Amino acid sequence: MSDHKTMTINLVVWRQKNANDPGKYENYTVNGITEHHSFLEMMDVLNEDLIKTGKDPVAFDHDCREGICGMCSQVVNGMPHGGQDRTTVCQLHMRKFHDGDTIYIDPWRAKAFPIVKDLVVDREALDTIIQAGGYTSCHTGGVPDGNAILIAKPVADEAMDAAECIGCGACVAGCPNSAAMLFTGAKVSQLAVLPQGKTEAKQRVKSMVNAMKECGFGNCTNHYECQVSCPKGINVKFIARMNREYLKAQF
Amino acid sequence: MILDGKCPTGPIQQSWDKHCFDLKLVNPANKRKYNIIMVGTGLAGGAAAASLGELGYNVMAFCYQDSPRRAHSIAAQGGINAAKAYPNDGDSIYRLFYDTIKGGDFRAREADVWRLAQVSNNIIDQCVAQGVPFARDYAGYLDNRSFGGAQVSRTFYARGQTGQQLLLGAYSALSRQIKAGTVKMYNRREMLDLVVVDGVARGITVRNLVTGEIECYAADAVCLATGGYVNVFYLSTNAMGCSVTAQWVAHKKGAYFANPCYTQIHPTCIPQAGDYQSKLTLMSESLRNDGRCWVPKKKEDCGKHPSEIAEEDRDYYLERKYPSFGNLAPRDIASRAAKEQCDDSRGVGPGGRGVYLDFSSAINRVGESTIKERYGNLFEMYEKITDENAYKRPMRMYPAPHYSMGGLWVDYNLMSNIPGLFVLGEANFSVHGANRLGASALMQGLADGYFVIPYTIGGYLAGVKPSGTSTDAAEFKKSMEDVNANANKLLNVNGKKTVTEFMRELGGLMWENCGMARSDASLKENLKKIPALREEFWQNVKVTGTGAEFNQQLENAGRTADFLEFAELMCRDALHREESCGGHFRVEHQYDDGEAKRNDADFCYAGAWEFKGLNNEPELHKEPLKFENVHLAVRSYK
Repeated sequence: MSDHKTMTINLVVWRQKNANDPGKYENYTVNGITEHHSFLEMMDVLNEDLIKTGKDPVAFDHDCREGICGMCSQVVNGMPHGGQDRTTVCQLHMRKFHDGDTIYIDPWRAKAFPIVKDLVVDREALDTIIQAGGYTSCHTGGVPDGNAILIAKPVADEAMDAAECIGCGACVAGCPNSAAMLFTGAKVSQLAVLPQGKTEAKQRVKSMVNAMKECGFGNCTNHYECQVSCPKGINVKFIARMNREYLKAQF
Repeated sequence: MILDGKCPTGPIQQSWDKHCFDLKLVNPANKRKYNIIMVGTGLAGGAAAASLGELGYNVMAFCYQDSPRRAHSIAAQGGINAAKAYPNDGDSIYRLFYDTIKGGDFRAREADVWRLAQVSNNIIDQCVAQGVPFARDYAGYLDNRSFGGAQVSRTFYARGQTGQQLLLGAYSALSRQIKAGTVKMYNRREMLDLVVVDGVARGITVRNLVTGEIECYAADAVCLATGGYVNVFYLSTNAMGCSVTAQWVAHKKGAYFANPCYTQIHPTCIPQAGDYQSKLTLMSESLRNDGRCWVPKKKEDCGKHPSEIAEEDRDYYLERKYPSFGNLAPRDIASRAAKEQCDDSRGVGPGGRGVYLDFSSAINRVGESTIKERYGNLFEMYEKITDENAYKRPMRMYPAPHYSMGGLWVDYNLMSNIPGLFVLGEANFSVHGANRLGASALMQGLADGYFVIPYTIGGYLAGVKPSGTSTDAAEFKKSMEDVNANANKLLNVNGKKTVTEFMRELGGLMWENCGMARSDASLKENLKKIPALREEFWQNVKVTGTGAEFNQQLENAGRTADFLEFAELMCRDALHREESCGGHFRVEHQYDDGEAKRNDADFCYAGAWEFKGLNNEPELHKEPLKFENVHLAVRSYK
């Protein structure tokens, strides 16, 4: 446990007291980091140091710390979640960095995600998109037996590929247009390929796309940064499917 | 006092249907006159808020996260049980009921467990209708796999992310109701007090985590679906924000806390790597379908690379000890067996705190690609954390705190002893007894949320007049003052130790003395040390910032303060329960072969504690448990 070499890391962290504060970068140094520290555990070390010296620790969102809740949200060296393939920032480990490295840490930046404090942003806009239609309108109770609806394995698998989205918003943060097309496309596609979702497919895609626009998200211009940023590897083909569904819904 | 769970009588097969018929109803036009508060939006809370809103009640739902979709139910990996018997392997509602009673080591109520087994099938149908992409076979039918404590395949799954998919199903139903205006969602709010007026639960006090404002909300009923308390061990598989706070403040307002010593230590988690660590990561029990647990037979082999240890020098200890269940022994048993091997100095990895979970025979049998399809995301997660490739080298695993079977006491209607206060999911004590079987937490959360509370809350509301949402009563003002005062107290200590340091110290005490093995001496030691630590906390904790802003240190400080009080109750409960059952293992009470020795003559009851003030002993109330359908027997998986 203690035989690992330790690292010293220099951090440049975005600090902003609240939504009205202009914000600025602050420089910090953290010592004693091992290869087994997760990125957020490195941030914990920083915060413990700050508290002990009577300074305000860095606010950042996090919860499950196992890559599934979608709460953690930091842009590390310009890449949402740090840019490691299929990895949230809570699952990023310090073995990917070197002693003496300087790491830049920013919040998600998008018009639809106002900053709450430091690295914490308000992502309620993503909830608003789901509320616009990201569901099947089934009632609790009164539904058929699960096996009464046969779903071919490839279809179930494709729905699952889309459903893996954790709603973290990295796709928005990574996109030069701050588009939420990958997020919205994933939910639209999951429900559009499944028989249970087909009945409402037209209305759903229209409502969700409208909500997306109203929330202030941008449009897709095929940069594919969203797919690279996505910690669950959601494929941009789901944006294409959403566009198809949207077009189909016009007729 | 002898507690009455108000369970229906008569043949168990008809108990729930008969009870539903006997419950009073609220007519559809009157439902909108009633307000319901739902705290927590995981599987239980999310499903309940959606279902109650759809029925026509006005629901206010609260969560501490930035979105209801992030509740920790999302992290459940392996699956959800149901008695569908699709594989034609002898399953039935009765067998699921039987397995759950036996799995819980005969410490749960029969009637509650029967109901759970009965509605399990509706859950699968409901989730399919919502578009949950459960695994399917090539013919398009739902697929099943096996979990611990059962000899049938009854677990439905969505890759290694079943909890996520079920939660997103509930979240989508909830979102639909938010859009429809029947549910008002309050994100980033943490419940810090329960408001009781004239002996009835009437509302809650919360902190707005963004602005720091203290807010009160009133309703005709309050439902807590706030999860479990195993973060009392500091290191656990729970999310960082999971806490006992909502349960604890309700307890301090009069709600009985039942069986707090029943905690589940999950056998397969990634071992701790260092002192700085903030949480432990679970690897799904489903891995034990194909993974085999072993340690070296010889102590001197422990330091070797696993591939250098010959087959005959490996001890597949679960297969050896429990031949009929093998690697699928229940969690409490598998955890203790792992600890036993490590205590015998045959553990592997740093500090000898680990056992191997080996997939090589499964890979030889079905091929790497099949294993990848079944567990790919788990192998990936393991590699990210440990930097080891589990296709080539067995995983290292060690038990970790995972789930709390204990919780607030509720009757058959899920109502606590405070009228109007309902408790759902992991936050109540009702169905898992002293040990929960794998894939049953998701089942319970959704059963309570979709199919139990929508019926039982109506039975209560039909008997009370709608009381509106005014928070003018003196009790609300007092509650706000108390909550504010507590925050100021935390902020003004201005000591030298951080909140995390206290929490880590408490977690250490709990893991050492009230963890996988407990003794009279270890528990008494904790009952001395915890109050001392609590006193030190209030003298020497350092919380930066103010109460009127986004302040995560203040949030954590409040949760830690509550854990420091709750921990004492947990140890007290463990000390009083002079037997070993399920996850509660008292070293004084074991058979010669190390198996847990239950004491049915003296402890066949649920122990529900009443708060009597912080420095006073709580009072124990007992609810006797009757076993009329599954007969009390020594639990054996051999």
